[in-house]
Amino acid sequence: MTATTSAPKAMPTPSVAKDDHSEGMSYLESLPRKTVTVYIPLAIIMVVLLFPFYWMFITAIKPDQDLLDLHGGNPLWVGEPTFRHFYKLLFESNYPTWLWNTMFVAVCATFLSIVASVLAAYAITRIRFKGAQTVGGLIFLAYLVPPSILFIPLSTIIHVYGLFDTPFALILTYPTILIPFCTWLLMGYFKTIPYELEECALIDGASRWQIMVKIIIPLAVPGLISAFIFAFTLCWNEFIYALTFISSNPNKTVPTAIVSEFVDGDVFRWGSLMAGALVGSLPLVILYAFFVEHYVSAMTGAVKE
Amino acid sequence: MADAAIARTTAAPGEPSTWERLKVNRNWLGLWFMLPAMAFLVLFLVYPLGKGLWMSFTDARIGREGRFVGLENFEWLIEDRDFVRALIFTIVFTFVASVVKFAIGLYLALLLNNNLPFKAFIRSVVLIPFIVPTVLSAVAFWWIFDTQFSVITWGLVKLGLLDRGSPINWMGDPFMAQCVVIFANIWRGIPFIAITLLAGLQTVSPSLYEAATLDGATKWQNFRYVTYPLLTPIIAVVMTFSVLFTFTDFQLIWAMTRGGPVNATHLMATLSYQRGILGGNLGEGAAIAISMVPFLLAAILFSWFGLQRRKWQQGENND
Repeated sequence: MTATTSAPKAMPTPSVAKDDHSEGMSYLESLPRKTVTVYIPLAIIMVVLLFPFYWMFITAIKPDQDLLDLHGGNPLWVGEPTFRHFYKLLFESNYPTWLWNTMFVAVCATFLSIVASVLAAYAITRIRFKGAQTVGGLIFLAYLVPPSILFIPLSTIIHVYGLFDTPFALILTYPTILIPFCTWLLMGYFKTIPYELEECALIDGASRWQIMVKIIIPLAVPGLISAFIFAFTLCWNEFIYALTFISSNPNKTVPTAIVSEFVDGDVFRWGSLMAGALVGSLPLVILYAFFVEHYVSAMTGAVKE
Repeated sequence: MADAAIARTTAAPGEPSTWERLKVNRNWLGLWFMLPAMAFLVLFLVYPLGKGLWMSFTDARIGREGRFVGLENFEWLIEDRDFVRALIFTIVFTFVASVVKFAIGLYLALLLNNNLPFKAFIRSVVLIPFIVPTVLSAVAFWWIFDTQFSVITWGLVKLGLLDRGSPINWMGDPFMAQCVVIFANIWRGIPFIAITLLAGLQTVSPSLYEAATLDGATKWQNFRYVTYPLLTPIIAVVMTFSVLFTFTDFQLIWAMTRGGPVNATHLMATLSYQRGILGGNLGEGAAIAISMVPFLLAAILFSWFGLQRRKWQQGENND
């Protein structure tokens, strides 16, 4: 399929049976044909995409001795499920603290970023100061600067500011990842709000601040939710800064703690490890389940603009 | 005019006061509104970027400011076999993973663009690998590809494709480990590409396909001459992001292999972490990180021209 990117101008050979794209013509597809061209490939891809989660879940509820005995029974099923791993995780480790840290950092960083982004996006799209276009472009460029090239200099800066090993190290650095994205997304939303509303408010004597708070923000609530969900997910997912800036056990976030604290080469840790990974993903999955549409629009919106 | 009434409340009529100007003037107002975002980005993005560049020319270590050593770090790195290996693997990793992700992602998007029962549900399930934190799914892959207790090995044995006495050493063999991390990256990247491309596909009007089909176009021609050109702009952007994030990937590798076995799966980001933070050679680590920049710039330029193309395709100046 990728060959098409560099395909020459020659007449294409009508060989590959492509799937139907339109709703209007779908009656042309018979069920058996659709089964082969659509349902079966789709099912295979879905199984591959979801299998790791199934395996995680099964491992997390398996008793320890079953984990080590692959060829005894069917490893894809559990005879006697146990919740011991979850119990150990929640009551005999620092896991709740890590979960709380992750939540705290993610909420604070997301909140800060959204506030800064709303202001920035409003300024760029509506106040249209001199150089607003350029600033918009620069913010997009900032989106393209990956944390992997910043963490070393940032770690020295964090030391100098005295933030090392505190949640603030993360709360203050995560916005650099989130602000460009949120601003870019919100600019797209703000552009769809008609100017006339703002002009009316201006004539009625509202200040820019009042216009933003009372007119623009209420109208951009779906955009704000999208930005919030996506930013929150990014925070939860962030790893390299958390690994570099946090060193002591009780200050860690879930992703870093899972990798460093649960891994000591002991085979019996696998159950707890999987339980930890599962519980760590759960808040995001729940959030996602409620806001799928917002999430998708955030993801596609960021790419489309 | 009417602003006399307003002005009376604050300052003398006529000339607006400095405060008034700071409050109303477009440019000043813009500055105030931009201030929080700019503060964050300058303090924690622009400044570290500059500092990283500077550090790459010094011999800084943890706890000690470095001296300027010119290009010495880079000269060392070019002769360093581990670095060259990491560079080559990073490029191979990015290339293979991006191509496969794009192929499968586009295929999945085309599949999902069909009339399906439970379409919304399927679409949301497909995205799950993308929302689950990378590290946590990497841990699952680590267990799936465990050398002793791999479920894949078990499956292959059951299917009779593998002898039970000689299991595949997934994570111990350098080549196998490379394949495994590439697979895990592909697994995680597909949903993003598929869902964003699906959003692009949904904006293509069905009537175009109807018209093309009436003119005798085959399925393949429909794809090649209708879908693909209309999708090019979004493909350009999506793939730029994908390449960018694959190239600078860190957490997947760190969670699964930490660069091992025998440094076979080091990406530049993980090598930079190992040398800079764990080894304490901040200058060298920064130099490795900075070596990624030329590649990132290439990706950004690619994106830029993709966006340019979108503008002329739409025939308007969409700001």
